[in-house]
Amino acid sequence: MLSRTADHLYWMSRYTERAENTARMLDVNYQTSLLPQSTAVAQVGWQGLLSISELTHAYQKIHGEVVPSRVMEFMVKDESNPSSIISCLKGARENARAVRGTLTTEVWETQNQTWLELNRRLKAGDFERDPGQFFEWVKYRSHLSRGVTVGTMLIDESLRFMRLGTFLERADNTARLVDVKFHAVQSDFFGAANAKDQEYDFYHWSAILRSVSGFEIYRKVYRDVISPERVAELLILRSDMPRSVHASMNEVVSNLEVLANDQSVETIRRAGKLRSELQYGVISEILANGLHAFLTQFLDRVNDLGMGISRDFLIAS
Amino acid sequence: MKPFDEMYARLPGGQGSADLGQLRAHYETYQDWLSKQTQEQMKTRRAEAEMVFRRVGITFAVYGEKDAEGDGTERLIPFDLIPRIIPSHEWQSLEKGLVQRVQALNRFIHDVYHDQEILKAGLIPSAQVLENAQFRPQMLGVNVPHQVYSHISGIDIVRAANEQGVGEYYVLEDNLRVPSGVSYMLEDRKMMMRLFPELFRLHPVAPVAHYPDLLLETLRNCSPASSSEPTVVVLTPGMFNSAYFEHAFLAQQMGVELVEGKDLFVKDDFVYMRTTQGPRRVDVIYRRVDDDFLDPAVFRPQSTLGCPGLMQAYRQGHVNICNAVGTGIADDKSIYPFVPKMIEFYLGEKPILHNVPTYICRESEDLKYTLDHLSELVVKEVHGAGGYGMLVGPTASKSEIEQFRAALISDPQRYIAQPTLSLSSCPTYVDSGVAPRHIDLRPFVLSGKTVQMVPGGLTRVALQEGSLVVNSSQGGGTKDTWILEY
Repeated sequence: MLSRTADHLYWMSRYTERAENTARMLDVNYQTSLLPQSTAVAQVGWQGLLSISELTHAYQKIHGEVVPSRVMEFMVKDESNPSSIISCLKGARENARAVRGTLTTEVWETQNQTWLELNRRLKAGDFERDPGQFFEWVKYRSHLSRGVTVGTMLIDESLRFMRLGTFLERADNTARLVDVKFHAVQSDFFGAANAKDQEYDFYHWSAILRSVSGFEIYRKVYRDVISPERVAELLILRSDMPRSVHASMNEVVSNLEVLANDQSVETIRRAGKLRSELQYGVISEILANGLHAFLTQFLDRVNDLGMGISRDFLIAS
Repeated sequence: MKPFDEMYARLPGGQGSADLGQLRAHYETYQDWLSKQTQEQMKTRRAEAEMVFRRVGITFAVYGEKDAEGDGTERLIPFDLIPRIIPSHEWQSLEKGLVQRVQALNRFIHDVYHDQEILKAGLIPSAQVLENAQFRPQMLGVNVPHQVYSHISGIDIVRAANEQGVGEYYVLEDNLRVPSGVSYMLEDRKMMMRLFPELFRLHPVAPVAHYPDLLLETLRNCSPASSSEPTVVVLTPGMFNSAYFEHAFLAQQMGVELVEGKDLFVKDDFVYMRTTQGPRRVDVIYRRVDDDFLDPAVFRPQSTLGCPGLMQAYRQGHVNICNAVGTGIADDKSIYPFVPKMIEFYLGEKPILHNVPTYICRESEDLKYTLDHLSELVVKEVHGAGGYGMLVGPTASKSEIEQFRAALISDPQRYIAQPTLSLSSCPTYVDSGVAPRHIDLRPFVLSGKTVQMVPGGLTRVALQEGSLVVNSSQGGGTKDTWILEY
């Protein structure tokens, strides 16, 4: 297939996935903000959200101080913010439009309708009226987009590039989420001193789990109280947790192996190496060496993988 | 020429009038059905059609325009619920006339770029061809498969009554460069079948859905390579082009790649596309990019829409470009008046389809006539398209007429003039109900090893009351076109 076509498909999926993850993170913060908590704690949550996406600076330039409603608006409907939901869904739709002939009618119509509906909802004030429902809608459109893709597309290169985009983006986004959320409470990472903190911890960690639809999964897997180590393990190392870094990397590698061409040997080697480190990694070791350092390095390597994929497949020589 | 209505031999009286007019036979079944539909039903159907078109994204881009919300660059072409019906015998003669005309036009283009017999015979003034902006000297002596240049021809047909009141078809314009609109022909049919399936049980409507198959067959037949599996691509200027939907649609329907100029490159005079598995040879390019932008090495150097070296590969016979480069010489408005002569010259036949009488303003007698009758005539720019740069005398203001008079006097060869054709009208569903609106017809003729077409075409309708301009860029809409099989 055309390199340009592959590029559009790959980015279409990345943007869709990114929109979903942005909605998930906003939703968590929004839901947590409904709980009784100090302004300072809430502030940390919204700041974390901006720093996850490396947007603190861009936000401050426009809005200055961190104000929850402004952060939400910035992350939802500000087209000057490349990670806002509107920018991501627009990017997804524009990429889809550029290759609509390669997509099945259902996939294209899903993308197109998401875009039209998003504009309708924003104009109608749906987001301000009920942010939670709006985020839910974004998530479901992403579910639908993935479902209609695997449900109708021929299992060929096109589909592989779309899957590759989805999972590379997800690996990146989940790693960022874990990094920021753990960073925020680094000081009292290993257990809370008093009952009040313990209660706070429970909500903090369960919110993170919910943001990746992992709350029930956690209960099912560990059948125990929520502890930070296990949350980290679940989100980083468990290959059966669909939004974990490890599970995402498994998909990246398996799709890359099918797509292999003459130039891609090195990229595939690096992806495989990264995956195997997750496969044979142990959470206690990672924590001992510093979670933040581990994730920072991981994000660099994912970024490097993305460039390798572009170079080998998407930018025609 | 007199007005002609497709549905009524005599138009019915005003609204609420008991006078039902005089219905033409091929509309009887439809009228019977229509009379049983309520306003509500029709309105619901119209809303449904619009909803589907928007969801599917059947839109066209309007250059440089935005609506109040700032995102109006993608517009829907209004779709009219009432079909235009053409009886079988009329189509048969139209089809014969179209085949004949397109064959002669292809012969003419070949001749112009080879022996120029028609110029030697003095049938067309040499200067008119050789000094024409559409003449491409780069094509001289270039041989193309089957000597076919215009593989896809969109011939614009209008209808008016002759002195006896009988409807006659006239060719208004030949579109031989990159004619568009065929996707609307196909989508309009799909929409009608979805909205009104019962109508297709009541009428023997000839199907058109196999157009992409015929198109692919035509393109593959025109491959220069001996390979049994020629690689065909559709070349688009990109998603910001007004007809992008159609480019993507046709590529998808044919199952071929939709490429942009930057996806192609030329190496050792062969054309390749860049794929995820390395370069792949391209044999046939169905291009939807104008000549001027095809190859920056030969035409406009700043164009990024084409592919440098393409012309060289083409001249070597290593790739075929459809439509060929230089077809504009045959659809230029200043060449149009000579088409009937071409038919006689190349085919030795009498033209089946009529031309609209045309005054060529570079001829002093015709110019004088034109200037004396500006308020009755339609004046067109020779190189104009899309309904721009045109004067419709009877509806123009005094100052518009004077503007054109000045332009005509200063640069007469830029213009031709034609009597104002009263384009035939067809009942159309408008806000106030059903009312007659003016229409034209663009059938698409495919030329490869043979000349063929699907029975049908794109009917465009001027939605403004009294308007004669059907172009989508000027507020025109489309209708499904039914050719009855018996």
